[in-house]
Amino acid sequence: MPEGTIDRAVFEELKLTAGADFVSELVDTFLSEAPGMLAELRRALEASEADRFRRVAHSLKSNSNTFGASELAAMARELELGGFAAARENGGEPLSALAHEYGRVAKELTELKRA
Amino acid sequence: MREGSYGGARLLVVDDNKVNRLLLTRNLELMGLKVTSAENGRVGLDMLRRDSFDLMLLDIEMPEMDGFQVLSELAKDLELRDLPVIVTSSLEGLENVVRCIELGAEDYLTKPVNPALLKARIGACLEKKRLRDQQKELVRRFANAEVAQDLQQTGFSLGGKRVRGSVLFADIREFTPLAESQPPEETIELLNTYYTLMFNAISGHGGIVSQIAGDGLMAVFGAPLPLADHCDAAVRTALEMIELIELFNVEQAAGAKPQIRIGIGIGSGEMVAGYTGTNERATYTCIGDTVNVASRLEAHTKATDTPILIDGETRTGLRGDISVEGLGPVAFRGKAQTVEVFGVKPPRTR
Repeated sequence: MPEGTIDRAVFEELKLTAGADFVSELVDTFLSEAPGMLAELRRALEASEADRFRRVAHSLKSNSNTFGASELAAMARELELGGFAAARENGGEPLSALAHEYGRVAKELTELKRA
Repeated sequence: MREGSYGGARLLVVDDNKVNRLLLTRNLELMGLKVTSAENGRVGLDMLRRDSFDLMLLDIEMPEMDGFQVLSELAKDLELRDLPVIVTSSLEGLENVVRCIELGAEDYLTKPVNPALLKARIGACLEKKRLRDQQKELVRRFANAEVAQDLQQTGFSLGGKRVRGSVLFADIREFTPLAESQPPEETIELLNTYYTLMFNAISGHGGIVSQIAGDGLMAVFGAPLPLADHCDAAVRTALEMIELIELFNVEQAAGAKPQIRIGIGIGSGEMVAGYTGTNERATYTCIGDTVNVASRLEAHTKATDTPILIDGETRTGLRGDISVEGLGPVAFRGKAQTVEVFGVKPPRTR
């Protein structure tokens, strides 16, 4: 597992303050919500809805930070801050990179919540 | 870490993101708070208007109605403008924080919210809310609904504005010998009953009690809110006061207690209304020539043996069914021009 997918300190702190069982449920919620967000980002890009794009990226950033998914949060933040134009220029490539990173995050979170 | 120090306090969490909503709710419930949540500003605002909450945690980026819009709506709403709001957002840029505070948010927390910080801010906010509620209650008790609302709308500031209105002074005749003739406890009880009756008459006609001192009181009609028939309202108040005193005297007589008589003076015209005093202690009052005339008229009732005296401008503002008697011009101490004085006849003694 490469470095930096999930910041363990952040995740442990979350478990400590909110409770392990609750965090496990929260991870499930995130894993069921996030694919929809990724899809909505792509739809917003195709429909040229910059505002919606920014809002969804913002939401994804916020959730990534909650679980300590630092890299995913950084990518989402870049999309939030003027990433719409960049994503369009690069034919949606940043969204593919984002989806890839999300895949790694999802895998690790699933393992961590069992631990 | 379960704790009930804010037990019973009701919070509303407004956030469009489900993970954020669940996590915030969880953290707050662990603090012993009762939490309700809404998924956007529109839904949140509806809940606030339907139900009562002590504090709101508000996200900014939301579909339908965002946090900025919610804050603007709250500021316009008299019922909700005092609800403390903590903005929780991961919005980029200091200008957004500034905008939230300018729109009236109490505090701003960056997401993900640190639970310890959240707890401290909520504690501070609820304490502030408690003090504010207490203060509102005090203002309500010692001023009245109009002044309290005026204070809430415009904020507290010393200084006045010019208004047209009527001022009423009332005083118990020969109060000192009366007070000396009975135990102090009975005098206090008598004053309390007297003020209760007079306050009812005054507020019933749209006036406010500006000052009370000993056995005297000053009431204002037409400030802080304009009152179309302020002259008529003031005189009808005076008539009701006389009538209430008569009823009160019947009761006093039944208990073999002393009778009281009052004198009332009313002046109308322009005056300066506002808060005078210091920032620590101030009263809502009116000053100006109109006030002086009303005070002099009240004192003059002793000389004329007429319980209600009014000036010419007050008389002009009366509607049909009140009968007055011209008593001619009177030169009052400290006034260059004479004042036309009219006596109002209470219907019963006519």
